[in-house]
Amino acid sequence: MSDAADQAGAAEPLPPPDAGASGPPPSDTTGAGGTAPDDIRAMLTQVVDPEIPVVTIEELGILRDVTVTDGAAVVTLTPTYSGCPAMDLIRDEIRRVLAAHGIERVELRTVYGPAWTTDWITPAGRVKLESFGIAPPHAAGSSVRPPVACPRCRTAPTRTVSEFGSTACKALMVCESCGEPFDYFKEL
Amino acid sequence: MALATDLRAALFTYLIVHGDDNLILAQRLGEWSSRAPDLEDDIALTNIGLDHLGQARALLAYAGEVEGAGRDEDLLAFRRSEREYRNALLVEQPNGDYAQTMARQLFFDAYQLSLWEALSVSTDATLAGIASKALKEARYHYRHSGTWVVRLGDGTDESHRRMQAGVDAMWRFVGELFTRTAETEPLVASGIGFDPTPWKSDWDERITAVLAQATLSVPNEPFVRTGGREGLHTEHLGHLLSDLQYMQRTYPGLKW
Repeated sequence: MSDAADQAGAAEPLPPPDAGASGPPPSDTTGAGGTAPDDIRAMLTQVVDPEIPVVTIEELGILRDVTVTDGAAVVTLTPTYSGCPAMDLIRDEIRRVLAAHGIERVELRTVYGPAWTTDWITPAGRVKLESFGIAPPHAAGSSVRPPVACPRCRTAPTRTVSEFGSTACKALMVCESCGEPFDYFKEL
Repeated sequence: MALATDLRAALFTYLIVHGDDNLILAQRLGEWSSRAPDLEDDIALTNIGLDHLGQARALLAYAGEVEGAGRDEDLLAFRRSEREYRNALLVEQPNGDYAQTMARQLFFDAYQLSLWEALSVSTDATLAGIASKALKEARYHYRHSGTWVVRLGDGTDESHRRMQAGVDAMWRFVGELFTRTAETEPLVASGIGFDPTPWKSDWDERITAVLAQATLSVPNEPFVRTGGREGLHTEHLGHLLSDLQYMQRTYPGLKW
């Protein structure tokens, strides 16, 4: 049960991932070809969510940790939803991007707790979502959803067509003004 | 965290029980793909099914790890026989019409709210992580199924009749969800797993409220069907598994 031991540490709520390489200095900067975790994070800005290809995995808040242990890059991810079908592709993409930078020894870990929340989507990620036509999520935790603004008209009233949109993380809405259907990234 | 051998065996079974519940229900919901009454609900049912599949995958992957015999989630899903499946009878019941599917889903969602809430404070960190994630999903599953049961129950004469028939048909399978099994005992003692018996009162409260709002009557059915937790299933599971497993049974180890 080595994984349980690994994940026990991750049961502490992690802060939202840093959008840049401005986090605290990494404790282990050796290995993985002498690459520092922050450099690996910078490489991983090339990895996007295949279903929302403008948002990186860091901006989405699913990249939970990057360390270098015994010469291997250890990348920890958490899924947005338990059954997120994009996870396998994202893992493959991480390996491909790191390999392109000469890092072959990669260990990918998945943690479920603390559970991902849309509150971890970074401000930059939210701006990108909206420009992509997806209304960004409201703050998680409230039982009644505040009005969702149409990503095009901004202020117009909208209504929910279905709580389940093109992917599990989105609801299908329609703008009462322009009549355009759009995705809302559901708060979770 | 090193577990004693008996605790390890109990945890394996516990993970299989809950993994199988989710896997089998996911398979049933997947059967609605391209057949739901409208596009939105086709997407909703398959999305909910996908959540259950993800939960099943996490639980069965962890079960394989706990077992330590080299079985991963795919081997556990595709290469176990019907008698080795420990899911509750409720989730293997055929979809029937949309109303019956919604009754089955509502009953299971209301149960999972209690299950995941309890397990999210399990002393086993991996299980607690899986549960805290799944709890969020169970909440909107419950909202979805509850909304439909009310809409159909408090709808037309025909939709009311069908919704009541769905509730009546699924009712006798509910009790099994709240039956304490022998394997759970050592896990309860160590705070890893939980006795489901006390959750029944919360379930009753939730379901009574939804059925009242839906103008449906609470069935008076004292008979409780059990057997799934011991691997004794209704005839439906075998058919479902033949569909689920045929590819890996025909070409063992086949990769896409």
